[in-house]
Amino acid sequence: MTQATLTGSGRAPAGPAVEIDPDDIVAVPLRHPWRWILAVFLLIGFVSLGISLWQNENIDHPTITEFIFNPRILSGVVLTIMLTVVAMLVSSVLGVLLAVMRLSNNPVMNTLAWLYVWAFRGTPLLIQIVFWGYLGLLYSQISMGIPFTDFTIFSVDTNTLIPALTAGLLALTLNQAAYSAEIVRSGMLSVDEGQYEAAYSVGMSPVFTLFKVVLPQAMRVIIPPMGNETISMLKNTSLLSVIAVLELYTVATQISSQNLRQVELLLVVSCWYLFLTSVLSIPQYYLERYYGRGKARSLPPTPFQRLRAALRRTPINTHRTDSQDAS
Amino acid sequence: MTGAGPGTSVATSRATTASLASEPDAHGVAVEPLLSALKVRKSYGGVEVLKGISLAVNPGQVMCLLGPSGSGKSTFLRCINHLERIDGGRISVGGELVGYAQRKDRIFEMNPREVARQRRGIGMVFQRFNLFPHMTALENITAAPIGVRRISKQIAKDRGLELLDRVGLASLAQSYPAQLSGGQQQRVAIARALAMDPQLLLFDEPTSALDPELVGDVLDVMRTLAADGMTMVVVTHEIGFARGAADVVVFMDGGVVVESGPPAEVLDNPQSPRTRAFLDSVI
Ligand SMILES: Nc1ncnc2c1ncn2[C@@H]1O[C@H](COP(=O)(O)OP(=O)(O)O)[C@@H](O)[C@H]1O
Ligand SMILES: [Mg+2]
Repeated sequence: MTQATLTGSGRAPAGPAVEIDPDDIVAVPLRHPWRWILAVFLLIGFVSLGISLWQNENIDHPTITEFIFNPRILSGVVLTIMLTVVAMLVSSVLGVLLAVMRLSNNPVMNTLAWLYVWAFRGTPLLIQIVFWGYLGLLYSQISMGIPFTDFTIFSVDTNTLIPALTAGLLALTLNQAAYSAEIVRSGMLSVDEGQYEAAYSVGMSPVFTLFKVVLPQAMRVIIPPMGNETISMLKNTSLLSVIAVLELYTVATQISSQNLRQVELLLVVSCWYLFLTSVLSIPQYYLERYYGRGKARSLPPTPFQRLRAALRRTPINTHRTDSQDAS
Repeated sequence: MTGAGPGTSVATSRATTASLASEPDAHGVAVEPLLSALKVRKSYGGVEVLKGISLAVNPGQVMCLLGPSGSGKSTFLRCINHLERIDGGRISVGGELVGYAQRKDRIFEMNPREVARQRRGIGMVFQRFNLFPHMTALENITAAPIGVRRISKQIAKDRGLELLDRVGLASLAQSYPAQLSGGQQQRVAIARALAMDPQLLLFDEPTSALDPELVGDVLDVMRTLAADGMTMVVVTHEIGFARGAADVVVFMDGGVVVESGPPAEVLDNPQSPRTRAFLDSVI
């Protein structure tokens, strides 16, 4: 299929001799016809799907455009983002703590962490959300004091202490911590034993070693699944509708129960979720790059660097670009 | 954390340590050995790997440990900076018990912070380099001085560059380990160990993972260190290095010291058939 003319092969076709730098390889690049055929088929498929949605009389398009930037929807978007960010941050800290406990040789810590992961990973998130939301039914008062005596330091009404938003945040965070703990643990296990020895040999304490040597290396392994978890979290916030937290999905269902435009509002909400999950992949890309330093001999260019290079028409790292396009 | 450790086995024959400790040096003055090991024993799951190792290294001396694979050389080296805890005997560095604190007649296990403090004085260089891959060469060297010793960043950096210059790598300060050759990595590792100003340096087969043409650079650095008066314990198969740089050569086999003495005696006129067989196989 490809005819490569390698200089110096001595089989150059007869005719006017072309001046060729013997250091260059003059070859017809490998063609990929199937990629193009597949792309055309997919394009046709997507376009016809788009047209069918657009021409569907059962979808009222003005409703979509009306509600996509509706203030109530936007406030739901903001709350969804807030829930995702807070739950991910706090659960990551908890996850690191649990992972360290799990890997420590203190049997009490070890067992505690194991029990935590067992309980929170072993029950459905939806049930945990409802549980925290209805905690007031289980314990109407939460008080702190000395057990088995009448002495109390404080005592509050459960529903005052834990309103729906807090309950939802608590449920998402505690559940996520169990998953994050396992991710962090596998990341820590991926760090070579020799790293601990080297750190200890220069007098680093176990805690210092953890933060300066082990976790930064574990990050390379931790970030990709954590990116996944963040995307799951973003979508799982919609489960909080069962305890009436006013996040994106709850707001949408409230609106659609009034105007009876369920499908349109679901499309609005889906557009937002898609947009937010797409945006999330940007920080992940840069985090992966940052924690991958020192691993690859040279880091791949960022999309911006690639774009600039393309504009300047200077080929950069074509090999890598090609292999990524193929996937 | 300070419960009575395995004190009973460690506490035996304190008096002998003292008598073993003071050997007259060349000028007839008694010197305290910097490192002294006495009847050190260590087992892994019932298999005894070290069966009573006793030896002493004076300040400024270089001791080379030779021996076939599996004879317990690495294990012994790791015991010296308490990466492994010993089951019996005692090791002291600079007059301090390693991993244990002695108060009156009892021996207490040290907590991790005290152990870490003690390890600052004992540098170690590994067969597989074990550089921190996420840090540049310079950061590898300055991480512990800044983080553990709390030396100011600028001073640590200047000192780090000076050390890199000393091992011949001043121009590679900003390179990551993956961008360095094995020999360069090992020299960075030596600089990293030196940055903590250790009184004792341990080398575990520092050239075994290197391509033959890179071995020389690392050995040169080690020879310079030896000439500068650094106290070193070197596990190596480089007989040439041992002959030229060592003050004492120790031959270990099966967890015991078979033979020890000046290189001229042990290497050129070995008394034990086991030493002879090993030397024949290495050269
Ligand atoms: N962590 C360990 N667990 C069990 N056995 C070990 C461990 N480390 C070393 N050993 C055993 O101890 C013996 C001595 O090992 P080592 O000190 O590495 O020998 P050398 O460095 O002289 O080759 C070997 O038989 C090895 O299998
Ligand atoms: Mg070894």
